[in-house]
Amino acid sequence: MNGQTGTFTIDIHHVTRVEGHGSIRIDVRQGVVEEVKLCIVEANRFFESFVRGMAPEEIPWVVGRICGICCVGHQLAATKAVENALGLAVSPQTVLLRKMLNESQFLQSHILHVYFLAVPDFVGAPSVLPLIKTHPEVVKRALRLKKLANDYTAVLGGRTLHPMANTLRGWRRLPDLDELERIRQRLAAALPDLLETVAIVRTLRLPDFERETEFVSLTHPDEYALYDGAVRGSDSGQPVPVADYRQVTNEFTMPHSTTRWSRWHRESYAVGALARVNNNVDQLHPEARTVAETLGLRVPCFNPYMNNVAQVVEIVHCAHHSLSLLETVLDGGLVEEDIGFQPGPGRGVGAVEVPRGILFHEYAFDAQGRCCDANAVIPTSQNINNIERDMQALVPRMLPHLSRNELTLHLEMLLRAYDPCISCSVHMLEVDYVE
Amino acid sequence: MKPRVAFFDFAGCEGCQLAVLNCEEVFLDLLEQVEIVEFREAMSETAHRIDIAFIEGSINREEDAQRLRDIRARSRILVALGACANMGNVQARANFTAPAEHFKRIYGSADRDRVQTDPRFWSLWAHTRVRAVHEIVAVDYRLRGCPMVAEEFLQLVKALISGAQPRQPANPVCVECRLHEFECAFDRGDTCLGQITWGGCAAVCIGQGYRCDGCRGLLPQANLAAHRQLLSERGLSDTDIRNRYRLFGSGEALGEEQRP
Repeated sequence: MNGQTGTFTIDIHHVTRVEGHGSIRIDVRQGVVEEVKLCIVEANRFFESFVRGMAPEEIPWVVGRICGICCVGHQLAATKAVENALGLAVSPQTVLLRKMLNESQFLQSHILHVYFLAVPDFVGAPSVLPLIKTHPEVVKRALRLKKLANDYTAVLGGRTLHPMANTLRGWRRLPDLDELERIRQRLAAALPDLLETVAIVRTLRLPDFERETEFVSLTHPDEYALYDGAVRGSDSGQPVPVADYRQVTNEFTMPHSTTRWSRWHRESYAVGALARVNNNVDQLHPEARTVAETLGLRVPCFNPYMNNVAQVVEIVHCAHHSLSLLETVLDGGLVEEDIGFQPGPGRGVGAVEVPRGILFHEYAFDAQGRCCDANAVIPTSQNINNIERDMQALVPRMLPHLSRNELTLHLEMLLRAYDPCISCSVHMLEVDYVE
Repeated sequence: MKPRVAFFDFAGCEGCQLAVLNCEEVFLDLLEQVEIVEFREAMSETAHRIDIAFIEGSINREEDAQRLRDIRARSRILVALGACANMGNVQARANFTAPAEHFKRIYGSADRDRVQTDPRFWSLWAHTRVRAVHEIVAVDYRLRGCPMVAEEFLQLVKALISGAQPRQPANPVCVECRLHEFECAFDRGDTCLGQITWGGCAAVCIGQGYRCDGCRGLLPQANLAAHRQLLSERGLSDTDIRNRYRLFGSGEALGEEQRP
């Protein structure tokens, strides 16, 4: 049944295969779209409030619990913010190890999203499970790649989820060089698997939909910015220092709702893999640039479904870049460093790119060195405004051509393409009015 | 018939479900032995009858408690998966502050007032208290820790499939430190909750040069008074001790019995 002219409501309650709880509601009256809303129904856990009173080194350890899938990113953003607050110096060795730790999470998260959460839509399966029978080689490759990425994190951080070897200023226990060498060998041996991943994604037919928006990401003069840099918006030439992040995120409350949304130079902006590739494409590893060309990702690219493709491009980038970082560490070795510090008062901001986009943390400490203020701006909460505007643009365009089920699928795919992490979105304050 | 297994998430980081997906080596074998009928993070289907339900996350609102009761009603065995489900985890620390104060700190006074006075917000935002799963429904088995330990998960699933009685010895983390010959955190000049905390984690944090913060919960036979005394002798003030106990153990009101 194509073409919707009646009056109806589509209510996709608790969208599946996304991290956290969200719902989509569409109201159509006499064939006219009255409202498209993305409702966040996740329970609030009040991290920014209850971390008050904690010691500096406890902050990254606890706020990593905001999200399992982005735990490394939350740890790193918080670590940098606390270090900035207390004026703590960090060695080049520590920066190198943190870049690797961050990239290991990019690999893990992007592989999980592309294979487990996104691919099933494109082959018409409700989950990855039926693919075990129909596409066993795909599932085995996905598990192999994911295991490698998880082991990479574990070798660096002590375990895959909520790692504890890394802390303020450096590492409590340095990674074992023999284990890093084995990761290097496995990563080098996995490059053909990555090409197979590219080949699969090349066969996926992505919906043809574009809406121009601003892309916001870190940018760095010397490298494809994932761990460090200044904040760049594609609508403006001049990057903004991370400490001034509130100029960028401009969190605001809509009169008709209480979600805290973000906007910078225009009504909304997007963060994440597609934003990073759009902003910093020239700094991608040459192999990753080739993959972008192979998959038809040409900047500027305004099709949000292409975020899946941008993730594959970044998987290839992180694999090659990690190989060179691993070689640097293996050639130079690692030395034990003094990571002690004196707690005291101060305020600081830290930002990193995490798989879903730019992540900001800010902390303040009192004279006793106890946390007295905290703020985090999460990629998904920055994207929510942009996602809802995409949906508002998509629904009227697709309504005459798609059945209700197809439209539902397209909207779920759109939401999943952003790889939203709703557990992370502690800043959401929107109500699901559905009875 | 294969046991029908389902996973449900409440307030938490979903890391324990991720830890299940991370059992890559045995994942395909496991799927030979069980039928996964509900797993929102990874699939779209839902089920009406469940043999083993895994519950992740703490229960923060009444609507979540209702959903949990519904799951209990259609499940034969219910397992609390991870620290949030078992004891409220880090977010239970929020219980010591009024919800209105949390709202004010995070969203500002205007939004706090709106959430409290507009009835449309109440069902989702009426913040009761961070509760563990067993405070609302009967729990048959517990998988502790933040995150849960994959080996324990697999052992439990295997035991339940074969009808064996799962074993979870009540040993402190210290037993595992000695087994792995890790240097005691106290000997390194740090302080540690290993003596009073359920083991089963292979003392992984101490092995990585950190300390135990008690994410697996208070051991039934733990001598909390002696532990408090030990921390005090190491120079921790009463505030320090309370803060330490409240990192992961707020839901168990660890150390709250001696509050003035």
